[in-house]
Amino acid sequence: MNMKIKESKLLKIGLLVILVICTQLLTQVTDTQFYLTQLTMSAYYALLVIGLTVVMGYAGQISLGHAGFFAIGGYLSAALTTHNLIALQTHPLVEGLGSLGMLVSGQDLYGEQLLVFAPWAACIIAVLVAAVIAFVLGIPVLKLKGHYLAMATLGFGIIIFRIGLASEYFGEADGISEVPGLTLLPALGPFGSLSVSGDFGLRVENYYVAWGLLCVGLWLLLNLIDSRVGRALRAIHGSEEAAEAIGVNTARFKLNVFVLSAVYAAIAGVFLTHYNGGIGPSEASVMKSVRYVALVAVGGMANIWGTLIMGVGLTFLSLRGVFGSYDDAVFGAILILVMLFAPDGILSLNVKALFTAKRTTDGH
Amino acid sequence: MLELKSVHKNFGGLQAVGDVSFSVPAGAIKAVIGPNGAGKTTLFNLIAGNLNLSSGKVIFQDREIQGLKPHQVAALGMARTFQNIKLFHGMTALESVMVGRHVRSRAGFLAGMFHTPATWKEEKEIRDKSMQLLELLEIAEFADAEATSLAFGQQRAVEMARALATEPKLLLLDEPAAGLNIYETAEVGRLITRIRDMGITVVLVEHDMSLVMDISDEIVVLSFGQKIAEDVPLAIQQNPEVIKIYLGEDEEEAVV
Repeated sequence: MNMKIKESKLLKIGLLVILVICTQLLTQVTDTQFYLTQLTMSAYYALLVIGLTVVMGYAGQISLGHAGFFAIGGYLSAALTTHNLIALQTHPLVEGLGSLGMLVSGQDLYGEQLLVFAPWAACIIAVLVAAVIAFVLGIPVLKLKGHYLAMATLGFGIIIFRIGLASEYFGEADGISEVPGLTLLPALGPFGSLSVSGDFGLRVENYYVAWGLLCVGLWLLLNLIDSRVGRALRAIHGSEEAAEAIGVNTARFKLNVFVLSAVYAAIAGVFLTHYNGGIGPSEASVMKSVRYVALVAVGGMANIWGTLIMGVGLTFLSLRGVFGSYDDAVFGAILILVMLFAPDGILSLNVKALFTAKRTTDGH
Repeated sequence: MLELKSVHKNFGGLQAVGDVSFSVPAGAIKAVIGPNGAGKTTLFNLIAGNLNLSSGKVIFQDREIQGLKPHQVAALGMARTFQNIKLFHGMTALESVMVGRHVRSRAGFLAGMFHTPATWKEEKEIRDKSMQLLELLEIAEFADAEATSLAFGQQRAVEMARALATEPKLLLLDEPAAGLNIYETAEVGRLITRIRDMGITVVLVEHDMSLVMDISDEIVVLSFGQKIAEDVPLAIQQNPEVIKIYLGEDEEEAVV
């Protein structure tokens, strides 16, 4: 049975990869490459959402503040790569960072000397900070249950949102723009460099980077669920008291899973910020956190594939403007409808049963 | 193996357990009995770490364990079952038992995410040992069934297998015969003696007197949180204090 699960896992990921490639080729053939932009962004949001699924569906923790971790990743990386340290260049800390190769100098639009963090360094710092914050936040907050935990995470999300909105360093209401691309591979021989940026010429490459990242993130989580840790998480979700009694350190596992999901969210934030070339306070808003929770719920709380499909699908529609100005309302409505009619997610809905339940007597 | 010294537990003004002391020799089967509300399950929760003691000591294998969290107590070799079975929703019988191997295995988050070769061997071992336990409890055919969908007696067996998977030195059984008929109860009795023969010390809370008298080496009697008597089954049956607290109920009536 173990081999069957492994094979089906690889098979499904393989199918996904084929689907991803076919979609890209399709847009090329039908000259609809503009879809690639939204598909790329959807992949990054999906990365956050599958991380959240493990927290909500397996560890059973509800987080209404995950947009906060996305924002920490995105904002920090944006700020570090755009704010000029030239005035502090003689400061020992700055010199130290420079000697580690983490800083990059150049010139800005007006010919002024520029000294900023290299994107790769900013990326690592941003994700590490998000992980540390998740750890520090998680220790007290994860001791709470149910709606108390939800409210605490909500509070966290609001704090991040307000810091972004009020702080000059983070661009206040305008956010941060002119964020440079994140170079993944330097130029090599006949190949130009590969970087995560809004560069039109790299649209196709960026699409594959995003989906590649998502597939890797997905594979890691699927592995995790199928492992000793995954069983422990499912046990916590099944009966926390019994899990604790059988030797699972429930507090530590819940914390680790929370930090892991924060890392996923932060990575998504970093990559999307460099892709978009900027970030604004709306990315940290409560509405975004609610949206993520809605996506996890509609995909099926503990169903990573379901969340992936719903996450990409609904986010794509939202980004294409299909919901118009009712965007947030749609996700709110989805959340209500899912809780009422399909608490296990939309894929668990037995549509026939909804209509025939009253007429048949055998239990289906 | 296990020793309780002056264990007290107060809930606000209510004394649930008052000055209870007894010891359990290694390899023994010790029963804790008493009328409803005597504090038996509370005592279990105190021993296993689910509740904090108000005062007193719990000594397990020469080590004070009061104040430790349940998962730490489990790692030290003490496993327990619950009065109302607490199975893991959404997991099969086999998976439930595999969780029992948690304290005897190591793979962490990174090993789990990358499915490193080191984990393959451990996973196989976990799976094999768990299947062995299912076979021991004669429920191997239900390995892939969702545990909570099984019949009551089978669910009890899964819980038992899960506890045994932790390789305990001491097993706390909270009313293992509750809800079982005569035949199933006899089976449980046989199983418990088999467990003891495997070298595991057993402490059980039970209302079914036939089971208790049949398999126990020693019995502790509680009433309103106090220890009333501690002796071999024959002496307990004849102890006037014990008879009094049961108000003359004979064996057949002392069933939940």
